[in-house]
Amino acid sequence: MDLYTEGDPIADTRAPDGPIETRWERRRFEAKLVNPANRRKMTVIVVGTGLAGGSAAATLAEQGYQVKSYCYQDSPRRAHSIAAQGGINAAKNYRNDGDSVHRLFYDTVKGGDFRSRESNVHRLAEVSVNIIDQCVAQGVPFAREYGGLLDTRSFGGAQVQRTFYARGQTGQQLLLGAYQALERQIGLGNVEMNARHEMLELIIVDGKARGIVVRDLVTGEITTEFADAVVLASGGYGNVFYLSTNAKGCNVTATWRAHRKGAYFANPCYTQIHPTCIPVSGDHQSKLTLMSESLRNDGRVWVPKAKGDNRKPKDIPEDERDYYLERIYPSFGNLVPRDIASRAAKNVCDEGRGVGPGGLGVYLDFADAITRLGRKAIEAKYGNLFEMYERITGEDPYEVPMRIYPAVHYTMGGLWVDYDLQSTIPGLFVIGEANFSDHGANRLGASALMQGLADGYFVLPNTVANYLAAGPFEKVEASHPAAVEARRDVEDRIQRLLAVNGDRTVDSFHRELGQIMWEHCGIERSEAGLRKAIDEIRALRAEFWQRVRIIGDADGLNQSLEKAGRVADFFELAELMCIDALHREESCGGHFRAEHQTPDGEAQRDDERFAYVAAWEYGAEQPVLHKEDLKFEYVHPTQRSYK
Amino acid sequence: MNLTLRIWRQKGPEDKGRMVTYQVDDVSPDMSFLEMLDVLNERLILAGEEPVAFDHDCREGICGMCGLMINGNAHGPQRGTTACQLHMRQFKDGDTIDIEPWRARAFPVIKDLVVNRNAFDKIIAAGGFITAPTGSAPEAHSVPVAKGNADAAFESAACIGCGACVAACPNGSGMLFTAAKVTQLSLLPQGQPERYTRVIGMVDAHDEAGFGGCTNAGECTVVCPKGIPLNTIGRLNRDYLAATAKRGDNTPGS
Repeated sequence: MDLYTEGDPIADTRAPDGPIETRWERRRFEAKLVNPANRRKMTVIVVGTGLAGGSAAATLAEQGYQVKSYCYQDSPRRAHSIAAQGGINAAKNYRNDGDSVHRLFYDTVKGGDFRSRESNVHRLAEVSVNIIDQCVAQGVPFAREYGGLLDTRSFGGAQVQRTFYARGQTGQQLLLGAYQALERQIGLGNVEMNARHEMLELIIVDGKARGIVVRDLVTGEITTEFADAVVLASGGYGNVFYLSTNAKGCNVTATWRAHRKGAYFANPCYTQIHPTCIPVSGDHQSKLTLMSESLRNDGRVWVPKAKGDNRKPKDIPEDERDYYLERIYPSFGNLVPRDIASRAAKNVCDEGRGVGPGGLGVYLDFADAITRLGRKAIEAKYGNLFEMYERITGEDPYEVPMRIYPAVHYTMGGLWVDYDLQSTIPGLFVIGEANFSDHGANRLGASALMQGLADGYFVLPNTVANYLAAGPFEKVEASHPAAVEARRDVEDRIQRLLAVNGDRTVDSFHRELGQIMWEHCGIERSEAGLRKAIDEIRALRAEFWQRVRIIGDADGLNQSLEKAGRVADFFELAELMCIDALHREESCGGHFRAEHQTPDGEAQRDDERFAYVAAWEYGAEQPVLHKEDLKFEYVHPTQRSYK
Repeated sequence: MNLTLRIWRQKGPEDKGRMVTYQVDDVSPDMSFLEMLDVLNERLILAGEEPVAFDHDCREGICGMCGLMINGNAHGPQRGTTACQLHMRQFKDGDTIDIEPWRARAFPVIKDLVVNRNAFDKIIAAGGFITAPTGSAPEAHSVPVAKGNADAAFESAACIGCGACVAACPNGSGMLFTAAKVTQLSLLPQGQPERYTRVIGMVDAHDEAGFGGCTNAGECTVVCPKGIPLNTIGRLNRDYLAATAKRGDNTPGS
């Protein structure tokens, strides 16, 4: 293709072979250890304080390393993991309903549409059980049964009840558990916490990641920080779409800067569009709000059978409603995985049967559940979600069906990592949503929290030790040429942004970029659309550097300047996403190419040509594609069917 | 609708600060309060004026980053609602709205509506945790927790650390925040071993950070977007009393 070149294939050389259930144990045994007395002499930088970064920083500090932690928010407790509602999966089989480590492994590989690594996913399923133990010990108030034991529920696409939850605030409670462990280490002096700091560059010395350049968002001061290893836990890049369920500050800058310095970016086009979000209400919309998909356990999704039926929902008789998920997918019904539910919603809206403003919505109706279980039971289960819906829309979902529409929610792609979660830059580790590793082309519900905590509590602390066993490395000074250059790059970039002094706001550019991405690189992609998007992105990016206007200077808190730097990086990422989506001439999981579908409109994979991870190397002219072939020894790739 | 905003502008910690009046027209009732401020800021930027700095992140009422005094009410007029979840349909055409930062000795202003809430983190670091190093945890079902206790612990754990309680308190006290965490952890069996050292550590850190004392005014719980109940402070006081009685007593079983 004209847009990229192809380089050598890569292999994940760290993953042991042998029976899959013994690989993680073997890797841990074979890993070198660091003498406790030596750990004090070593420093690890952790960027981000969500489930992955917070748990990693706390655990590394408990083990005796010196940790420097960074987040852009005013407190580590605010990272966006906090907004996860539904729950966390674990193969505890407390329900005796046939669950097991193997089944969670199997479901995750299948749910990811056979585009993830078996070894990684199996490890994730294995440590899932330890996560629940750890969180309970920390005082995470999970939902419990009357007997005092933990309650579980089934969740998005799973037929066993393996999801642990804390009402609709599971992410908050898990994050506060990790945050409290982190604060304990801060209080003990083992972690140096730097809130309101943003990483703007990676420092590489002798081929190893040795530090970062950060900007103090309050004073504007730019400093270089050094360590023996750097861990990025900076989350996903869903905000490239402008409107998403991510927090407003979520950004790709930390991982993109590392990518530009040599870390490969894997599968950037794999994005998850969540089916149950509150629809857009107008041009002022600044973000989208998720309604937990646990609502699909009791709510029924429908649209009118007739196009342009503008009657109120209660005036549409039963036989004129199309419960399309139940009709198309009789065995999973309203509980089909996210990618499938999102596409089905888009299809009925494209047919002109959508409801609400602009016809971009479908009903999620609780009338049957309220009749069957009573209003009290529904209140107990979903009360807080119903209240949130009413606050935002002004409509009462007990009386009128909710209106929902898909929205960008999660990014499966991220920096490429090996089995040890190390990127292609030695000493640079990437965990949580920031890496690409475990979810393939589609993430199952309640698996993001599982992966973040698996990486942070259990995987990284073991694998980073293997790397640090060769340390401590020679001390790097701020005067080192690599550090001086990285710092100067950051300063120059900020000055260039401020110097434009144009006539358009950062948000206006971000909004326009988001529209391009949503239209052409969203739920459905096509060759023509992606090519058009690439041209539009390039033109808009050029315009950005000529017309953006930022008021104020870099010597203090300047929120427009922060946004501008992030949007500048989103432009570059957006182009790579479109190239990745264009090159992958198949449909899989969250990546649906219009040209590649089965006769009945389902995703058509092409395992012959595309059973690989697309890892992109940064190139000043064109990106370079490196393929990592995926081998399936335990779960045989099949056409995913939820019918 | 058309609104008049009177907003606190303060260049930095040393600046005296003042209220500045802005006119914002064509506000949709479907906008959130922060989206209305976005509109104002876009206009200010295009007019060459510095936009209003305010903290926000998730915009779905859970991260606790936003915090505005709106017409003298922490998070504005709607009960149980953060500023980011407040929608303009709560206001009328022609309204004048005062917008100020949290004001408390322990939360110094950084710029405009942005304050430093680091003092809350210090309270947690002084004991707001259960010591359970990674890997040391027993099987999750080895210790059942009575559902009532688990539910009550959850109710307190719902605190988002926004600081509205402090801003609303006539004494600038952070006691509701502190009590919420003390209550959550003291209701759980896992939290018992550190129960009394925790409460002392947290209350000491609270006082050192410059928060005022609690005089049971009860304003905190009224403005709390998560409805943390006032009786958590009663529980904190009982634990604190018991803890001071035990202070210095290291005999086993005490």
